[in-house]
Amino acid sequence: MQQIEFDTKWTMVIDVDKCTGCGACMVSCQAENNIAPMEDGSNKLKTLTWLLVYELNNGKDFPERESAYLPRPCMQCGKPACVPVCPVVATTKDEEGGIVSQIYPRCIGCRYCMAACPYHARYFGWFDPIWPEGMEKALSPSTSTRPRGVVEKCNFCHSRLLDARARARAEDMDPNKLPDGWYKPACLEACPTGAISFGDSKNPEHKVHDLIKDKNAFRLLESLGMDPQVYYISRRDWVREQSDNHLPKDKH
Amino acid sequence: MDSNLFPEGVTRCGLPKFSLWMAFVSIFFLWGVYAAVIIFANGIGVTGLDNYFGFGLWITFDLAVIALGAGAFFTGFLKYILKIDQLKNIVNLAVILGFLCYSGAMLILTMDIGQPIRAWFGYWHPNVHSMLTEVIFCITCYCTVLVIEFIPLILEQKQLNKIPFLHHFAHHLHVNMALFAGIGTFLSTFHQGSLGGMYGVMFGRPYAFRDGFFIWPWTFFLFVLSAVGSGPVFTVLVCTLIEKMTGKKLVDYKVKALMGKIAGSMLCLYMFFKIIDTWAWATGYLPSVGFTFDEMFYGNVYGKWLMWTELGLCGVVPAIMLITPSIRNNPTLLYTAAILDCIGISINRYVFTVQTIAIPVMPFDNWEIYTPNWAEWATSGMIVAYGALALSLCYRYLPVFPQEVKLNSNK
Ligand code: SF4
Repeated sequence: MQQIEFDTKWTMVIDVDKCTGCGACMVSCQAENNIAPMEDGSNKLKTLTWLLVYELNNGKDFPERESAYLPRPCMQCGKPACVPVCPVVATTKDEEGGIVSQIYPRCIGCRYCMAACPYHARYFGWFDPIWPEGMEKALSPSTSTRPRGVVEKCNFCHSRLLDARARARAEDMDPNKLPDGWYKPACLEACPTGAISFGDSKNPEHKVHDLIKDKNAFRLLESLGMDPQVYYISRRDWVREQSDNHLPKDKH
Repeated sequence: MDSNLFPEGVTRCGLPKFSLWMAFVSIFFLWGVYAAVIIFANGIGVTGLDNYFGFGLWITFDLAVIALGAGAFFTGFLKYILKIDQLKNIVNLAVILGFLCYSGAMLILTMDIGQPIRAWFGYWHPNVHSMLTEVIFCITCYCTVLVIEFIPLILEQKQLNKIPFLHHFAHHLHVNMALFAGIGTFLSTFHQGSLGGMYGVMFGRPYAFRDGFFIWPWTFFLFVLSAVGSGPVFTVLVCTLIEKMTGKKLVDYKVKALMGKIAGSMLCLYMFFKIIDTWAWATGYLPSVGFTFDEMFYGNVYGKWLMWTELGLCGVVPAIMLITPSIRNNPTLLYTAAILDCIGISINRYVFTVQTIAIPVMPFDNWEIYTPNWAEWATSGMIVAYGALALSLCYRYLPVFPQEVKLNSNK
């Protein structure tokens, strides 16, 4: 599939060294996107967690043991594995900014996109969403709820992009050239350590424009060529080494 | 009691015995229906599938039965297009099996998709880039062709055939069967191929991803070859099973051996390319994305033994057995080879669906084990039971085996 380039490229940069693994991003993502809590959440492979925090370690024993936490939203890949496989065009990457959309009313729930995505960024609604009594009144008004049987995933809180664009229009500005900081996903706002940065990596006025050029910046599974729009930064070699698969003889 | 419904000149067991058999199979069928109702009512959360394993037993089962059902299109092609006349003695069974395998797979699919009511979106909003779109189109069209191929056989039922209109209708369909066989071959080849292509294009999944020719990854062609290398012997096995259960000879052994020879030649071709493909994948592609061959396997359920069994014991061995006349002409050995062949192809479909997604592609991710639960087993069993029920009815009431009267007359 040919890759489309956009003038804007919404990009997330996560500083792994700043992340404490507190999970605030996960919780805010759940609340922002109306992800229903599960009655029995014991099977973690059946719960919906659009943003998942992975725990990494350097493989050594105490006292040399080190840990790192790596939040994983949808990578909004430049060359997504999930898009070309969808039989009904329920998922596309064609909007300015390059966010990979997921159209719930179109999805037939075949789960081919889940099989294709190596980041496990896609989630399936196994059960009907059931809101604990009273919680239905606290749902976020800007995000749709999904029925069971469709695939869902992180969309960089797309509704917040729409809000930011509306604000720009109201203030007589170009909605396609948002100033830095106008469009912030919920996870970024909730992060207590400021590990997450977000913006347009093609706009020199945005912080992420420079951050992705950091010598410690990396992306996950670069060798597969999916060109993710999520970058990580870590000054620790062992963390960066775990970003991709290497053969023993490879020089990292 | 129902003897005037039987095909001309044949004998069948008594109705009570037949009913007992049908009741026995129906138990499995109804168990599956119960599971299906629960699945439709509560969603597929009741299965063993999860976010790691979006594909599991159902897809494996679908792919395997569709490969094994390939006897229909390939036998039809050889009989009607290449005019290998001997195959007329088994082509009916091949068509019925093809129909049962395909319709069974489609039944499973209606459960497998999360929003069955939207199943028609596949035609309404097709994504021309998706191999699954090709599968959806081909599988429905081909199923229709199989229905068209099946109808004349039903109309040839002794009582129905007495009705002049139906008799002529069946005759006309027969006359045009070469056309349908041709369409069927085209559709089914593409569809078998697209099923392979579905996995081959997943560039995020190193176990399955393959480069290829034009828009098709190699797996496209490998799936077609493996299906025609196993479908014909599956038909032979089912035929033999019916013979053993009924104590009658239904198809001349020569025909079975011919089917074995055909499947064997195809299997040889397949194994030749499959081995090259595996070699190129292990030594060329995998290192290019930082993986080693050993990293593709884990524990018992994803162990290397699966690959060696698939390629060796259930690949090269039956291929050699089937193309060697002295082995092929020995019934026990032919059936053994046929069973190995079918197992090998089923393993292939399993590893491509389940192992492919079990492999942790991110270095810090873990292998996960998938175990289908009762709901998936019950519904898969339901399809097998459905096949057994339909096949029993066909055998009893339709003239499926043209040689039956002759082969059993001097008993
Ligand atoms: S991370 Fe997965 S779901 Fe997100 S765009 Fe990439 S392939 Fe698609």
